[in-house]
Amino acid sequence: MQDRRFALEVEDLTVAYSDQPVLWDIDLTVPAGDKMAIVGPNGAGKSTLIKAAMGLVPSVAGEVRVFGRPFAKGRGEIAYVPQRSSLEWDFPTDVLDVVTMGTYGSLGWFRRPGAAERRRAQAALEVVAMEAFERRPIAQLSGGQQQRVLLARALVQEAPILMLDEPFQGVDAPTERAIAAVLDRLSDEGKTVIVVHHDLQTVPEYFDSVLLLNVRAIESGPVADVFTEDNLRLTFGGRVGVLAQLAAAETGG
Amino acid sequence: MELFGDYTLRVVALGSGVLGAAAGALGSFAYLRRQSLVGDALSHAALPGIALVFLLTGSKAPLPIMLGAALAGWTATLAVRLVVRRSRVPYDSALGMALAVFFGFGLVLLTAIQKRPDAAQAGLESFLFGQAASLLREDVVVMSLLGAACLVALAVLWKEFKLLSFDSEFGSSLGRPMRRLDGLFTLLLVVAVVIGLRTVGVVLMSAMVVAPAAAARQLTNRLATMVGLAAGIGAFSGVTGAVLSSVVPRLPTGPTIVLVLSTVVVLSLVAAPRRGLLWRWIRLGRLQPAAALDPVLMHLYALSQQHPGEPDHGHPLAVLRTMSPAGADLDRALADLEQRGLVHTVGDTLWAPTPIGRREAEKILDDSDEVSP
Repeated sequence: MQDRRFALEVEDLTVAYSDQPVLWDIDLTVPAGDKMAIVGPNGAGKSTLIKAAMGLVPSVAGEVRVFGRPFAKGRGEIAYVPQRSSLEWDFPTDVLDVVTMGTYGSLGWFRRPGAAERRRAQAALEVVAMEAFERRPIAQLSGGQQQRVLLARALVQEAPILMLDEPFQGVDAPTERAIAAVLDRLSDEGKTVIVVHHDLQTVPEYFDSVLLLNVRAIESGPVADVFTEDNLRLTFGGRVGVLAQLAAAETGG
Repeated sequence: MELFGDYTLRVVALGSGVLGAAAGALGSFAYLRRQSLVGDALSHAALPGIALVFLLTGSKAPLPIMLGAALAGWTATLAVRLVVRRSRVPYDSALGMALAVFFGFGLVLLTAIQKRPDAAQAGLESFLFGQAASLLREDVVVMSLLGAACLVALAVLWKEFKLLSFDSEFGSSLGRPMRRLDGLFTLLLVVAVVIGLRTVGVVLMSAMVVAPAAAARQLTNRLATMVGLAAGIGAFSGVTGAVLSSVVPRLPTGPTIVLVLSTVVVLSLVAAPRRGLLWRWIRLGRLQPAAALDPVLMHLYALSQQHPGEPDHGHPLAVLRTMSPAGADLDRALADLEQRGLVHTVGDTLWAPTPIGRREAEKILDDSDEVSP
């Protein structure tokens, strides 16, 4: 019987770039259905953590389990949304085609996407309110629209776990609201959402739990318990200032 | 056609068409992955392979020569990877170094071979700039088979290569072995380059990889269309250039093909719908007069306000130009305004608003006040 209490369990994960540790001995347990932010200063290894957990960057040591199974067997249960700026958007294709890439995993190697896959992609585009743009070349999208397209591609995968790398980075206000609404909806459906996030102010509003990261895992748990000024100071050093007070005030801490 | 009745020409045209199509199709993905230089390094690096195979076997049979060229090219890409991984040398520098080292070694071998008294080596130097007229039927058979294999592999792994070019990390997250696909892609590119070496030559083969893709990208926003167009442009240039060089004596094949190809590229850069220079120029020109008239009048009005009581104080064109967007057609705007009696010249070179122009400008100001408080 498979243990589905924990969506993601990371144990002793260590990542180094040319002998410089980027992540040091990370332990993390994400309960199923959790909506978690990964927060930390620049260079804390936030993106590296989800990339290493997905096997996208090599790790020196560590083990990752997905719903109690080894990562290699559970990989298909995670949908990954890369950072928008890491992609080359001047690519000759349209919105619908990019979203359809989310079906490639279920299609396997040689089958081509057909009408059924196109319908799934269209449905996902409706969720992010981009259905009017399905034939738009991706080179002509705004930053916020690009981000919604990437989110739609992950929705198509219909995975129980979503990992998003900085989805709120540099997007317009309507897109930020749209993405936050989709994350809420996913959470209501019982899905596990893990987000690399840079805006301390919105952590209590958007997330249930938080991992404070600075090369080491400083603390993780429910926002109300963990997102305190002391912990933020431990994570960010002295550089939290106003934001920390604001966050502390909002959580009543 | 009379021309293609000639058996040799038919062989030459077929071979050049195949190489153009394969290089164009594979080159599209190299272009989109910003790896255009890899084609350059691969083709130059093939030279020592060709020379070594000849030294070892004394034969110029197509298959061993192509195999030697491919092995040398492949070795060069491995060397580049090793250097990038083990040192701080950036990717493009490593490519440039590999290109120079392998090509230099190849030239040394080639010179050494040419000093030998035997006649078998004659024609080996045609691998530098290509010699389509020397293509034999067996060459073209091998070229066609390899070219077809490349295109079939591309078609079968279409989704995977699309992922590789657009979002390799996402491909990995789906569990696809993207590094192995990257290796396979490089192998296919090696094959496509090797196909063209006898016809186009090692020096200019990279153009067959880069240029059709660059032209095709101008013309479409669909990947499949781009790859098809690039293959078509490559084939067309290959056939045209090879046939020209076979018909006109002493015309080197590689440079001729590349000249035909360059013409297509320049045409598409200039005349492509939407992305082309011409299209942008026409669109800007069409929008210009309507957009420029009012601002020019307003600027002139504002300038004249600096000189109260001097209604005929003129202002030079240069001042108006600094106030207007770059490239705006001021001469035309001023001529239009003058025709409507809104501005007049002062002396030969200065401009001022007429009383009607002043009133018009004040009216525009009032209107804009009402619209935007």
